[in-house]
Amino acid sequence: MEQALLEVRNLQKSYDKTPVLKNVNFSIQKGEVAVILGPSGCGKSTLLRCINGLEPVQSGEIILDGQNILRSKTNWSQIRQKIGMVFQSYDLFPHMTVLDNILLGPLKVQKRSKQEATAAAERLLERVGLLEKRNAYPRQLSGGQKQRVAIVRALIMEPEIMLFDEVTAALDPEMVREVLDVILELARGGMTMLIVTHEMQFARAIADKILFLDAGEIAESSDPESFFKNPQTERARRFLNTFEFNSVRE
Amino acid sequence: MDWAFIKQCIPLYKEAAVLTLSIALLGILLSLAIGLACSLILYYKIPVIRRIVHGYIELSRNTPLLVQLFFLYFGLPKAGIVISSKACAIIGLAFLGGSYMAEAFRSGLESVEKSQLEAGLSLGLTRAQVIRYIVLPQAVSTSVPPLCANTIFLIKETSVFSAVALADLMFVAKDLIGLYYKTDEALLLLVVFYLIILLPISVAASLIERRLRHAGFGYSSAV
Amino acid sequence: MPDLGIRVLFEGNNFLRLMGGLWVTVKISLLSAAISMLLGVLLGMVMALKNPITKCLTRIYLEFIRIMPQLVLLFLVYFGAAKTFNIDISGETAAVIVFVLWGTAEMGDLVRGALISIPKHQYESSKALGLSRFQTYRYVIIPQTLRRLIPLAINLVTRMIKTTSLIVLIGVVEVLKVGQQIIEANRYTAPSAALWIYGTIFFLYFAICYPISKLAGILEKRWQN
Repeated sequence: MEQALLEVRNLQKSYDKTPVLKNVNFSIQKGEVAVILGPSGCGKSTLLRCINGLEPVQSGEIILDGQNILRSKTNWSQIRQKIGMVFQSYDLFPHMTVLDNILLGPLKVQKRSKQEATAAAERLLERVGLLEKRNAYPRQLSGGQKQRVAIVRALIMEPEIMLFDEVTAALDPEMVREVLDVILELARGGMTMLIVTHEMQFARAIADKILFLDAGEIAESSDPESFFKNPQTERARRFLNTFEFNSVRE
Repeated sequence: MDWAFIKQCIPLYKEAAVLTLSIALLGILLSLAIGLACSLILYYKIPVIRRIVHGYIELSRNTPLLVQLFFLYFGLPKAGIVISSKACAIIGLAFLGGSYMAEAFRSGLESVEKSQLEAGLSLGLTRAQVIRYIVLPQAVSTSVPPLCANTIFLIKETSVFSAVALADLMFVAKDLIGLYYKTDEALLLLVVFYLIILLPISVAASLIERRLRHAGFGYSSAV
Repeated sequence: MPDLGIRVLFEGNNFLRLMGGLWVTVKISLLSAAISMLLGVLLGMVMALKNPITKCLTRIYLEFIRIMPQLVLLFLVYFGAAKTFNIDISGETAAVIVFVLWGTAEMGDLVRGALISIPKHQYESSKALGLSRFQTYRYVIIPQTLRRLIPLAINLVTRMIKTTSLIVLIGVVEVLKVGQQIIEANRYTAPSAALWIYGTIFFLYFAICYPISKLAGILEKRWQN
């Protein structure tokens, strides 16, 4: 069997003494899109942040490309170039233009030539429909536009896997679609992704695999159709029910 | 009001003003350097040194400049360390100013949201690069108003330099009052000269503050 | 030789004299601060009025007092008032006058700031609850205003104590002057006294100002909305 691109084994993480992730295990193949669903506060974001080294981990292994990146000698600067992350609050750098935001990584971390990087940036901006905004400042953009720029900023580093942390949760409803469309297109292009989201329809459409995270553990792991039509565990059933409303007018 | 006398004295005051300002400039520049260093030490939470920095800040903020100067100018020589008037003034001003500037820089550094750091790290930037390209530029704009206020404060503090035998504006005024009894004239010139020095700087500071507030980056946070 | 120096502190009533000098400083600061607070509250209310003339006049007063170094103000009152009004005022009196003028201006600005920073909806929701104007002020507005004011007022007191050190330059016998006298008196017996005396004065000021500013910090944190 082909080696998984990302493998998480026995991951345990606590805040002070409270356990947040207890024994999380899963793996993702190259080109696969995994969506993490689950009730709020159960550690979905924390899981992504652990993978990217933004949170300390008590025990377990995270294996990227066959290497355990949780060893103390890890050069996070290098590893993070392979992992692209997009946050819920976009976090564009307000004192830089859109183009500068995007070029910071390639120029200062990857030491690419300005010409090449700018060309790549403009190609990507074109793909997400924001080329004419390249000299604008973040404060001049709408939420959906900012998030698309954030995605480009992560993409230009040519990562092997992209992590999306509830990237549409803070957006006005009209803008959610434009961002999801970009992510769908990336999936069609074969990008390996780990997505945390609340958008059920979107999850159903894009996922190759659903990971249901509840109370710090992967309670269920299956393909989207099985998960949504026939949830195996009681917890998953209860979770899916919270998105259904029974009409008042029966 | 003896206008002829006033005209005669203007060069004296001018010289004193230049002296005051030149010392103030050095003192302020040094304060900025000390303040930046201290704030970075506190921000990085460097173990032993941060306690020293905390101690320094408390000591310098809770003692008057005049007392610090007396110690430097009259006290230290008895321990074998003799410093010139000018040096005393500069050191004293820098000692006092450093802690105020540190506060200003610290508030700037802390105003940059943690998520900005994380976004930078996620791109693969090292901590040092994050500080240099992402945190400091944003921190500076928050720090500028208090930095300006501190500058004005320090220039006002220079009025005690006559205590360490420097021929500053107060010294000249006192001299004129004592020697020639031209109190009104001396005092008028004193007020005028300080206004000439401080008003433009004060106005400039307000303008800078207003520009910054309007330019306001409109942080990209979700709310 | 530092040996001989430090002994000066313990000889006779030297230390007591230093404390006496310090008391002069503290006395002037506290007196000025107390008067400033009362006048400041009144001034603050005046400053919060919408009348353009009062706004302009109070503004000029505030800005002038703020922009002038305190020592210049002391000179103006001590040397100037004496000449102009033909009265001889002591350094202490001049100091109190200057600090009251300064303190009132600062307090007034603080009070004005506190008054206008109370969000309008506090007044409105009190009205909606049926509170009378007086009740609104007593139970809603004034407690909040005080919570914002008191830490800032304490901070002002600390600044006043530090600034009072300037009065040695207009001849008042306060702690630095006493220190000078002690050093002079012991010029031959304890040549290095200056180091210890001024060092002690440095720490005496710290001993007074640090607790007060810490107190302000604690209150501010506790009362943070």
